[in-house]
Amino acid sequence: MTARIGVVTFPGTLDDRDTQRAVRVAGAEAVPLWHRDKDLKQVDAVVLPGGFSYGDYLRAGAISRFSPVMESVIEQAKAGMPVLGICNGFQVLTETHLLPGAMLRNNHLHFICRDQKLRVETNSTAWTADYETGQEISIPLKNIDGRYVADERTLDMLEAEGRVAFRYLDMNPNGSLRDIAGITNAAGNVVGLMPHPEHAVEPLVGTGRTDGLGFFTSILKNLVGAR
Amino acid sequence: MTLDTVKHAEQTAGAEQPWKELGLKEDEYARIREILGRRPTGAELAMYSVMWSEHCSYKSSKVHLKQFGEKVPENDAMLVGIGENAGVVDVGQGYAVTFKVESHNHPSYIEPYQGAATGVGGIVRDILAMGARPVAVVDPLRFGAADHPDTKRVLPGVVAGIGGYGNCLGLPNIGGEVVFDSCYQGNPLVNAGCIGVMKHEDIHLAKASGTGNKVILYGARTGGDGIGGVSVLASETFESTGPAKRPAVQVGDPFQEKLLIECTLEIFGEKLVAGIQDLGGAGLSCATSELASAGSGGMRVDLDTVPLRDSSLSPEEILMSESQERMCAVVEPGKVDRFMEICEKWDVIATVIGEVTEGERLEIFWHGEQIVDVPPRTVAHEGPVYHRPYARPSWQDALQADDANKLARPANSAELREQVLKLVASPNQASKSWITDQYDRFVQGNTILAQPEDAGMVRVDEESNLGVAMATDGNGRYAKLDPYAGAQLALAESYRNVAASGAKPLAISNCLNFGSPEDPDVMWQFAEATRGLADGCLQLGTPVTGGNVSLYNQTGETAIHPTPVVAVLGVIDDVTRRTPIAFKEEGQLLYLLGETHEEFGGSAWSQVVHDHLGGLPPKVDLERERLLGEILISASRDGMVDAAHDLSDGGLIQAVVESCLRGGVGARLVVPDGLDAFTFLLSESAGRAVVSVPRSEELRFTDMCGARGLPVTRIGVVDGDTVDVQGEFALSLSELRTAHEETVPGLFA
Repeated sequence: MTARIGVVTFPGTLDDRDTQRAVRVAGAEAVPLWHRDKDLKQVDAVVLPGGFSYGDYLRAGAISRFSPVMESVIEQAKAGMPVLGICNGFQVLTETHLLPGAMLRNNHLHFICRDQKLRVETNSTAWTADYETGQEISIPLKNIDGRYVADERTLDMLEAEGRVAFRYLDMNPNGSLRDIAGITNAAGNVVGLMPHPEHAVEPLVGTGRTDGLGFFTSILKNLVGAR
Repeated sequence: MTLDTVKHAEQTAGAEQPWKELGLKEDEYARIREILGRRPTGAELAMYSVMWSEHCSYKSSKVHLKQFGEKVPENDAMLVGIGENAGVVDVGQGYAVTFKVESHNHPSYIEPYQGAATGVGGIVRDILAMGARPVAVVDPLRFGAADHPDTKRVLPGVVAGIGGYGNCLGLPNIGGEVVFDSCYQGNPLVNAGCIGVMKHEDIHLAKASGTGNKVILYGARTGGDGIGGVSVLASETFESTGPAKRPAVQVGDPFQEKLLIECTLEIFGEKLVAGIQDLGGAGLSCATSELASAGSGGMRVDLDTVPLRDSSLSPEEILMSESQERMCAVVEPGKVDRFMEICEKWDVIATVIGEVTEGERLEIFWHGEQIVDVPPRTVAHEGPVYHRPYARPSWQDALQADDANKLARPANSAELREQVLKLVASPNQASKSWITDQYDRFVQGNTILAQPEDAGMVRVDEESNLGVAMATDGNGRYAKLDPYAGAQLALAESYRNVAASGAKPLAISNCLNFGSPEDPDVMWQFAEATRGLADGCLQLGTPVTGGNVSLYNQTGETAIHPTPVVAVLGVIDDVTRRTPIAFKEEGQLLYLLGETHEEFGGSAWSQVVHDHLGGLPPKVDLERERLLGEILISASRDGMVDAAHDLSDGGLIQAVVESCLRGGVGARLVVPDGLDAFTFLLSESAGRAVVSVPRSEELRFTDMCGARGLPVTRIGVVDGDTVDVQGEFALSLSELRTAHEETVPGLFA
């Protein structure tokens, strides 16, 4: 039996079907989860995909964070279930305080869509085990509220604890502090990042790279190995 | 104020009515009175005025557009033709594709962000209303001079609006154009196209049939925005004075539209609707009259049941409001409950506002009192038709006599080099990535090609790798010189772009942007362009599936260049065989397909170097275009070429520079015998493409071209990190990259 990975759809989620495809490409079973439903359907891990949930009205992720499904996700994440937040999903995770910091509007004030180079800063998370620490990957980035910020103390703590999971390379596309593209919680089960690994799993589409597939194979190994 | 009911109208035949303010002509008002046998009520007058506007009724263009339905090539791909929300073509494997391009020009000038945003929203709902999942959008845009201060207001707003709306819907933006020309200064063209995919059995049509079926309005509440919006705005010329018309522009809510898309697709999935129509220009007036007109039977609507954002709206305002993100469905009574459940699931407000009735009247009530009683066909489909006078403009001969081939050419290699560099850095030829990087091109995970490729391409089926491609093209400069040829050149370029990507062109949509139809010069341009396009489509075997006309793109007496924009849709059986524009592998051979003549009329060179527009546009040879297309598609399918790029504005050198920069590799070019370097590099002869051929395929490829009679010339090799025109000049990739990529951000960032 393979791992069951839940993919949450909020109103305004856009990348849910792409994420389900990425899960399938990696060889796991994708389980659609609905925002109004507290039931996580016995999934082994959850991905909060990108998009503009609730239109990003009020503040990106601010409304979704109160949806019934998130009650269960927060509870399970605290109990150790792997959770990955991509883009809007990362914004939701910071709103829930499962991850520290926040995302502000890009420093150039525009939406930006590009193939972005990153460095994987740690492979000791549930979602990065298949990468080498220090490995450079390129995956699409697309957002308008992607500038990661946190206070200095938090940033120092993240650095000291090895919790900066990804850093932008070559150019910082949005003014994120310390070039941070993604972070992990202390336990390594909850990871959030702005770029989109689910858009880089097939050589045929998008940028033609498959650098994002490692996220999904990592979690698969992590889960199947744990059984 | 007393409610102007049908009864009241009968009793007050002589009452003054604001028909003129609503944009109706005296004879049109008289005709409404004749149809009804009495004066119209205020609500009826509102409906007729928006539905008979130029934008909704096509009253000036209809007599010319007829050709698209008459000169139809034999093409068994066509499933739904002109007249529905969008045309539908068969792309094989049980899939059908619907696509269309529309204009949102006037609103986008007044309020760039919302004008452009709601342009995307409107075309997406058109595609959705056919039963399809929208899978991609494209945006052909035209602005005034790049360095004009007002362009700095309009362009960033339009781009942010397209991105802000489209990105939030989760639709990849895969193509389009950005063109600058001072003729668009007061009339930017914001066209928006959308592609949708469905299975054949899922095609839906806009008609209300079945007595007793319920009429359900769902989506956003109706507000006071966009009253006299796209329909009225787009039906008159801008004056330099007068009140600001910003309130006439609709305000978009892409989040609501995203919910509407998912909700509607789920409703389609359960086969719950008998007919469906989106609400766009002319709002409820349009949706109710078109649904009732196209179906059998009549319709009764209780207008006071429409959910409102502003409870003080009058019935006339509700009928005219162009509030966005609304759809109207006709549903059998037994399916209404399930319909409502799905709407509730997606937090979409849905209200039964009426039902299909026996008889042939559209009847609308306000708190029980009848305010509309009309034959719906007279509102929706039997509006006025004008045979506007047209005549070849008196200045046309002089314009064509002002031959661009006689302009001063570069005197030596150094000057040629300098002009090439100036060309690739000019706003029209420069990279538009600063703009297109503000659009999401990756979402949905099916994007095979996106700008700056020749055509956008998306995968339709993950198992079989079936895909569709689309390109949009138009060249107002060519069309100004010769509207007939200009329309065919737009068609040819778009066709060529699709073929260069490896897809087989199937059908077209168009967006015809012109000045005022009341000017015989403009009307002649329109007549010539539609004739050219219809003839061209017949010859190329690509039927017109639908489209849009935007007239009155004119400020005072000055019209824009006639700008027919053509969108060609193509199909590719296996997207793994697609051909990108990037030169990649050093040592590959560069071949020029087609023939190069001295053709500089309307060229980018004549504009950039001499600020000149005159002479004749490049000669059109559609049989050659078809042959070139076949060669490009075969070469793609059989792996004979690794890159292909069509030649259009800017000529060969522009194409080579783009392919080199895209692939990050240089090229050595040799001027072929019989051509001078200037003509070789900068002429804009049509029917040409440049391809990169692996050495192992050279013989097979040239044999194929030879056997089929396509002229092919070896012009160089992919090599190094310069574009080196031997014996003339060399330009390093880094110099070219700077010139090509820094112009647009330099102007607008």
